[in-house]
Amino acid sequence: MEGNITIKLQQKSIDKIKEICAAFDNDSGELINVLHKTQEHFGYLPAEVQELVASELNCSVAKVYGVVTFYSFFTMIPKGEFPISVCTGTACYVRGADKVVEEIVKELGIKVGETTADGKFSLSCLRCVGACGLAPVVMVGDRTYGRVAPEKVKEILAEYK
Amino acid sequence: MVKLTIDGKAVEVEAGSTILDAAKKVGINIPTLCHMEMKDMCIENKPAGCRICVVEVEGRRNLAPSCATAVSEGMVVKTNTIRVLNARRVVMELILSDHPADCLVCAKNGNCDLQSMAQRLDVTEIRYAGVQSTYREDFSPSIIRDMDKCIMCRRCETMCNEVQTVGALSGVNRGFEAVVAPAFEQDLEKSVCTYCGQCVAVCPTGALTEVNNTNRVIAALANPKKKVVVQVAPAVRAALGEEFGLEPGTLVTGKMVAALRNLGFDSVFDTDFAADLTIMEEGTELLDRLTKHLNGEKTHLPILTSCCPAWVNFFEKQFPEFKDIPSTARSPQQMFGSIAKTYYADKIGVDRSDLIVVSIMPCLAKKYECQRDEFKVEGNPDVDFALTTRELGGLIKRANIDFNSLADEDFDKPLGESTGAGVIFGVTGGVIEAAVRTAYEVYTKKTLKSVDFTELRGMEGIRHATVDFDGLELNIGIAHGLGNARELLESIRRGENKFHAIEIMSCPGGCIGGGGQPWHHGKQDVLKARAKAIYAEDVGKTIRKSHENPYIIKLYEEFLGQPMSDKAHHLLHTNYFDREVKFEVKK
Repeated sequence: MEGNITIKLQQKSIDKIKEICAAFDNDSGELINVLHKTQEHFGYLPAEVQELVASELNCSVAKVYGVVTFYSFFTMIPKGEFPISVCTGTACYVRGADKVVEEIVKELGIKVGETTADGKFSLSCLRCVGACGLAPVVMVGDRTYGRVAPEKVKEILAEYK
Repeated sequence: MVKLTIDGKAVEVEAGSTILDAAKKVGINIPTLCHMEMKDMCIENKPAGCRICVVEVEGRRNLAPSCATAVSEGMVVKTNTIRVLNARRVVMELILSDHPADCLVCAKNGNCDLQSMAQRLDVTEIRYAGVQSTYREDFSPSIIRDMDKCIMCRRCETMCNEVQTVGALSGVNRGFEAVVAPAFEQDLEKSVCTYCGQCVAVCPTGALTEVNNTNRVIAALANPKKKVVVQVAPAVRAALGEEFGLEPGTLVTGKMVAALRNLGFDSVFDTDFAADLTIMEEGTELLDRLTKHLNGEKTHLPILTSCCPAWVNFFEKQFPEFKDIPSTARSPQQMFGSIAKTYYADKIGVDRSDLIVVSIMPCLAKKYECQRDEFKVEGNPDVDFALTTRELGGLIKRANIDFNSLADEDFDKPLGESTGAGVIFGVTGGVIEAAVRTAYEVYTKKTLKSVDFTELRGMEGIRHATVDFDGLELNIGIAHGLGNARELLESIRRGENKFHAIEIMSCPGGCIGGGGQPWHHGKQDVLKARAKAIYAEDVGKTIRKSHENPYIIKLYEEFLGQPMSDKAHHLLHTNYFDREVKFEVKK
């Protein structure tokens, strides 16, 4: 037997995934929808979850992983308690969103797409939230901050610490 | 039928044909790179991804990929206008823009489809300097993945997922990070990969290659303290000639033996001998299970053949609940190693640690197989190194041997004597035909009028036949290609199976289409020619039934006793393991 592997999923998580797959008739053609629902439930798609989805839909784990890594919506990293999204759409970008990202990266010590070790913050970039008048825009959870200058980053983060 | 014009030539083809097919019909050879089609083996890869095959279609604004564009009535196609030629060249230059330019030292140098296409399109400079993607190299016991050289043609994915249904490889990530990889980008060794090597067989570049053991073999041959013997698998003799420019299907058995002797091997033996031995053990096991079944005793039927190491990996990893069904007989490669390092080593008075057994195989999984712990005695492997047909070709060239002018020579005795039954192990249907030849005579105690069971031959993916054992109807199933094997296994799982015995070979066509054979470049006629050669070798043999091989008879008399005796069990049989793959999560 190769490796010493334990499935770390709890029974109720296993049941939930099976339920989601069954709702789509365990059809491998519905893989994206299944992953969508699964991520909605768990917040992210760790390897164990992908493995179970693959076995429920009777397709290869490599294929599931291929889909998860192709679509930027899917993530294998759990989101932080306060997910930070910086808009890097055209308007925000020309008004210095990249500098804002740089500052957040420096402050939190994580890269884009990562989560802080304490699970508090995660950082992602997205393209246009439809508030170009407020560029550059940063969202923390559901709250929106407009005209964010790099100097304001510390202040915003402090609200959540 | 649809009428169209290509480069001014009128052509009529069936509706649904592609422009590429239609062009072929009138002798126009449109260049392709990602495209691959081997119709009779049900292998088709046309993602229309590379765009090398673009052509101009009158009335269409953009260029059309000819491999994926269906013909239509009255269509006017031009395949060589300046617009097409320029576009094709730019496409090629862009593919090359992020490709490592280390052709001179690449394992695929001279056999690379990308290289020959660049040459054909007369690309002499690369005007675009792209950022090169770099990935860590992945070394497994059989296959090396160097994804820096991947051009995303998706051929390997097609083989792994659609043809073999193994599911080890998938396209992952996107944009510049896109690459073909196992799940979670883990090493191949930790994936469901069976090492069948079909991904390697179709890779147009040096992204997927085999682990090369030639230098180790050269070192062993140069070591005066070691006795080095070699065994050659049946499918090798039907393909090795291609490495030296001979037509596919040219049998080179005699030259091959001469070349191996020239290389300095102390004895040149034949895996066909071990194939005969396999039949003795596997055939006896089949009859044993059959008799128990007829007597109403509990037993496992159908019996599945176990010669193919990729097939063994496949069921251990994906159908572990069936691990008691396959024959416990080791593969011919391993039977040979086991007998060589016991019976033969004793005979010549050499300690097993001073005897090096090299095997020449059409296969990449054999490299893994000979490293399995079950096939070692106190750490010393029964088979030390497995080389592919291609590696042997390379060895011969490096040793300055003019292969084509060699005079034919014969294998050495005692482990080089074989029958026609041993030879046909190299092609789909051959193992079971060889087993039937022996099992029939042992069971009925009658002599076969004809040893040719043509109903068991052919290239269809799944075949079945019934053989009359003097009133007992034996139902036989045959599958080649793991996708077809999966189909048979699933029918067993559903309880629909009616077979007594099933032969499975992992590679399309059997071992003649193995991952270690000379590159077929997607041409199915090459495989068919090799199959024909194997059957021709069988017909040319004086003895065509394994149990009549005099050296096999002698081996049992002098050493093993009876088939399936305790000694035979110890040396020639094995166990299978549940190796279902679960992934460890890297935090």
